[in-house]
Amino acid sequence: MIPELGHLALVLALCLALVQAILPVYGFVRSRPDYLGVAAPAAVGQFVMLGLSFCSLAYAFYANDFSVAYVAENSNTQLPWFYRIAAVWGAHEGSLLLWMMLLSTWSVAVAFASRSLPRDVSSCVLAVMGSISSGFLIFTLFTSNPFARVFPAPAQGRDLNPLLQDPGMVFHPPMLYMGYVGFCVAFAFAITALITGRVDSAWTRWTRPWTLAAWMFLTTGITLGSWWAYNELGWGGWWFWDPVENASFMPWLVGTALIHSLAVTEKRGIFKSWTVLLAITAFSLCLLGTFLVRSGVLISVHAFVTNPTRGIYILSFFGVVVGSSLVLYAVRAPRFEAGTEPVEVLSREGLLLLNNIFLVVAAAAVLIGTLYPILAAGLGLGRISVGPPYFDKVFVPLTAPLVVLIGAASVMAWKRTRPQTLRSRLWLPLLLAIIVGVLLPWVTLGTWGVAAVAGCVLGSWAIVSALEDVVRRVRGSRLMLPRQIMGQTLAHVGVGVFVIGVSLVSAFGSERDVRMAPGQSVVFAGYNFTFHGVEEQKGPNYTSQTGEFTVAHNGRVISHLHPAKRHYVESDALMTESGIDDGVFRDLYLSLGEPLADKAWSVRIYYRPFVRWIWAGGFLAALGGLLALSDKRYWRRQKVRHSARVRASTQTVDA
Amino acid sequence: MRWRVVVPAVVVAGLVVLLGYGLTRQPSILPSALINKPAPAFNLPTLDAADKRVGSDVLKGHVTLVNVWASWCVACREENDLVTEISQRTGVPVLGINYKDKRGDAKRWLARFGNPFAVVAFDRSGQVGIDWGVAAVPESFVVDRHGMIRYKVVGAITRKEMNKVLIPKLKQLQQAS
Amino acid sequence: MRISLILLAAFLMTGLASATDLNGPQRARYQQLTGDLRCLICQNRSIADSDAPLAKDLRHIVARQIAQGRTDAQIKQYLVDRYGQWVLYDPPFEFATWLLWLGPFALLLVGLIMALTIVRKRRDAPRRHAELDRARLARVLGETDKPINRPRKDHS
Repeated sequence: MIPELGHLALVLALCLALVQAILPVYGFVRSRPDYLGVAAPAAVGQFVMLGLSFCSLAYAFYANDFSVAYVAENSNTQLPWFYRIAAVWGAHEGSLLLWMMLLSTWSVAVAFASRSLPRDVSSCVLAVMGSISSGFLIFTLFTSNPFARVFPAPAQGRDLNPLLQDPGMVFHPPMLYMGYVGFCVAFAFAITALITGRVDSAWTRWTRPWTLAAWMFLTTGITLGSWWAYNELGWGGWWFWDPVENASFMPWLVGTALIHSLAVTEKRGIFKSWTVLLAITAFSLCLLGTFLVRSGVLISVHAFVTNPTRGIYILSFFGVVVGSSLVLYAVRAPRFEAGTEPVEVLSREGLLLLNNIFLVVAAAAVLIGTLYPILAAGLGLGRISVGPPYFDKVFVPLTAPLVVLIGAASVMAWKRTRPQTLRSRLWLPLLLAIIVGVLLPWVTLGTWGVAAVAGCVLGSWAIVSALEDVVRRVRGSRLMLPRQIMGQTLAHVGVGVFVIGVSLVSAFGSERDVRMAPGQSVVFAGYNFTFHGVEEQKGPNYTSQTGEFTVAHNGRVISHLHPAKRHYVESDALMTESGIDDGVFRDLYLSLGEPLADKAWSVRIYYRPFVRWIWAGGFLAALGGLLALSDKRYWRRQKVRHSARVRASTQTVDA
Repeated sequence: MRWRVVVPAVVVAGLVVLLGYGLTRQPSILPSALINKPAPAFNLPTLDAADKRVGSDVLKGHVTLVNVWASWCVACREENDLVTEISQRTGVPVLGINYKDKRGDAKRWLARFGNPFAVVAFDRSGQVGIDWGVAAVPESFVVDRHGMIRYKVVGAITRKEMNKVLIPKLKQLQQAS
Repeated sequence: MRISLILLAAFLMTGLASATDLNGPQRARYQQLTGDLRCLICQNRSIADSDAPLAKDLRHIVARQIAQGRTDAQIKQYLVDRYGQWVLYDPPFEFATWLLWLGPFALLLVGLIMALTIVRKRRDAPRRHAELDRARLARVLGETDKPINRPRKDHS
């Protein structure tokens, strides 16, 4: 009964989404303002219906209702309850429901937050979001109904994919989807701008907080995903350049570019059409990601079970949405080309222009690398693989300049900066960065290498120069810094921390396969690993062979590690659980291979210096986004509608 | 310079065409790197007797179907009858390469499911399989009378593929001198 | 002597030479190389990261060939001969991949050139506007008053 209720709610959500999409347009065309007002209540109604639908599915999982096919395929009575709830988004149908549920959450947020916006703008934004939502609801109802029943109901479910039975599963997908879907808001604002023909600083001011929020969620989601992969996959890696990872990374790169170009458009009123294009691109890449993950065109570790019909539908939807947006863009964008104000290379807008070029080209490189195997096959050039070595080689030269630019971010003033100013303010951070970058690997790890030092100098440069700005501002004014500035600083520090982590872990990270018998010790990377044997354990829905290891350093035992091989009974899958001793400067990471003769096991030991800095950097950047978002300029009731006055009032705050 | 605003739409149109093409193919099926190349040399003991050997020379002088299989492979069971049928309908001898298997298991398997093979080479270590570019069993190769690989099937042979491709190909190669 | 030869042969044949027997630099090469080779039957993993039997065999082959003193290029060629380019995560620069390798950098070049032209155009734009205005002003004021055009010459 409850699944049918969920299904019905989904149908009603579709009806409301269509209302939300169509009636405002009708009102707009016919100049009937009363129709415009329908959008917000429809969005709320849709949210309620999707929430109901989502809860029905969650309840079906909680209550082990295996007469629902989706539940039977992705759950099991032995599964702990929190994984049963998380299993709602464990496969294609349910994750789609989560997608739409989050989209309608954003819609409701927009409906409430934009009450101070002109009625035509807010309802146009909601109409665009409603049509995206309708597209996905139709897709779900016709090709991927999560509530489909199976008869007779199996007595036991087939269990959630063991790979997903990890705490990361509970948080990572919702965060990532919040980010993906959040860019729909920026997209809707861009389409609205194209329709109404207005891109003024009021528009950028509305769009910025939404973009920041989406970016923050996406950053958190990607970082969590990387952390999860490191913990769960048992390969000691944090990023694999897998097509599905790339699918989330491309919108992140373009979204980052969008945040920066929005700043320019707001402050200087230039690059308007470019900003609009970026907003469209960011969301288009989210849709593209959805296609790549769910269509099976590429081989990936993380892809959903795929089916060609779904691929065709998503591709058509992608074509229609993105195609029509870009045609609209081609028709309407030329009218934004009004600004003829000069742009200096040595100015903040010049810097941000460069930032945008590097970020967008980096995103294009990821796209090219991800799709090239299809292109090569299509052109009859044979089957080729494009993997991590390619991306590492191409991506580093494209992004290293970005980190160099970060250093100048706070020093560059709008309009024009004299070279002397740059020199006088940046020599000290540069010197400090070189000192820190050279010393850091030596002091913490006792080794050196050209690439590692270069990376550390680069990372320290981003950190030190960002902090220099804060120090100078605090000394200068003794006032509390605007949150936006603090957010920017924190995000840039995050990038620096990330860069240091990446360069040190890739320069000095190492691993080794060893054969270990109980009682045997191995010295690796200065640590003494002793194997004490393997013991059978029983989990809720698996049996585990858990290894017992001690790690000693300088003759003192510092850690007990328990890497394991788990056998999930219902799905008959073997999973590797790693044993990790984490630390600020290094992780020691063990994973069990296979049993060998005489109770010995093949064991892989990983030494991962500074790997935590990678995620620390990601979380810092996300926190920076949150801080900037909390700036009161976004939360003030927007009394001033006239763009000129808005601009005048902000220029003093954070010029 | 209004053409600039059209570029994104054109790029996306290209992208959609590319992805649409991508949907039509199976990314997990690989063409062999060995098509139109001489079959890799091998010299292995036969499955029947460890002291008897079978080598590349058995491929010379006539068209051969080479079928790589193992008793632990479920899909091999499915295609076994079809392999027999192909051999009967075309008269082409089938060389079996028993891949990473145990002698006893393999023999029992043949006794139970039928033996379509003229001779079976016993590739315990899987080295010959690697030389032939085998990624996962079953795989089947069409080798012409000069010992050149002309066609490869990845995975179990289906009836459709047998009728549409394999049998015509084998017959055509038999007729060619 | 003969026994040791047989032992050596057995050693090479059975692939006992595993990664554990390599020395330091060889082990680094082994790590790098196995990370750059695709496990053909997996869902996008390198042979270093995969538990699949084929990946294990290929790891042995790589270790053995490194121990035999073959170069990275030779080992890669050995696998490409058998499995095709698909096995390489690091596609070599050749006709089929020139767009892959050069595309991103070509785009960067295009982007930088476009940025430069925008900056140039915008820097020159106000001046040109000013000139235009002055010319128009001159026309409006009437052709009789010629001297007003003179500063323009100095300007350009």
